[in-house]
Amino acid sequence: MVEADENIGLREMFYIEGGNFANAGATSSRVKKILKEIGFPGKIIRRTAIAAFEAEMNVICYANQGNLSLFITPSFLKVVVKDEGIGIPDVNLAMQEGYSTADERIRELGFGAGMGLSNIKRNTDEMILTSQPGQGTHLEFIVYLNEQAKE
Amino acid sequence: MTLREIRDILAAEVITGDADLEKEIKYGFAADLLSDVLALARGSSGVLSLLITGIIHPQVIYAGDIFDLGAIIFVRGKRPTEATIELAIENQIPLLVTPYIMFETCGRLYQHGLRPSIPNVKNG
Repeated sequence: MVEADENIGLREMFYIEGGNFANAGATSSRVKKILKEIGFPGKIIRRTAIAAFEAEMNVICYANQGNLSLFITPSFLKVVVKDEGIGIPDVNLAMQEGYSTADERIRELGFGAGMGLSNIKRNTDEMILTSQPGQGTHLEFIVYLNEQAKE
Repeated sequence: MTLREIRDILAAEVITGDADLEKEIKYGFAADLLSDVLALARGSSGVLSLLITGIIHPQVIYAGDIFDLGAIIFVRGKRPTEATIELAIENQIPLLVTPYIMFETCGRLYQHGLRPSIPNVKNG
């Protein structure tokens, strides 16, 4: 994953409360507004916001608490989501579309179809997911601001 | 088709005050699982989609914001809370309520020319 800390123009961190479904989506909605105010292209905003939304939902569904940090650099947007929660025993399995450990309560709220992580992957240029079962999960993703930056 | 036409075709009520009824909506999709909403929503600024759903939780408004949805219509007369309606107004997402069930809502809109947000999905 790209390290370019010296170029970071903006960093915002948001707290996410696990189990608080009433506000689910509020953080990514704020991320989107920040990106919109800065004036990034619609497609970049959309991809980042969708991935942030899915990541936020994962914290709310499966963790006690977590935070989402948004880093804005001249060449890419990076989002880091860390949580304290049950973690993911098998990351590869969790990445498969349709695989879900969601319980009845989560499904009743309309979540838990097992598409979240693959949706994050689909909408971002780079994604890293690591987890310590019983402790928490660390997710990072990057959306490049232009095609050349991918090289 | 315009939001006004959608309202009339579905005998729907616009519950977010003075929404722009001349807004042009091109695509539609129906889902009752938020994960499916996230997977099916498509479009870009200028090409607006309508979400047809029975989910009335505030999350659906946030999802609507994330995806730049043109409007959300709640089927079978389901009505969100005032707080949820306020949230939609803040985010400038028009909300409608139709008495029809989801099947009839989709059928009527398709018949009048609204098209799916995604043509087909494999392994969805």
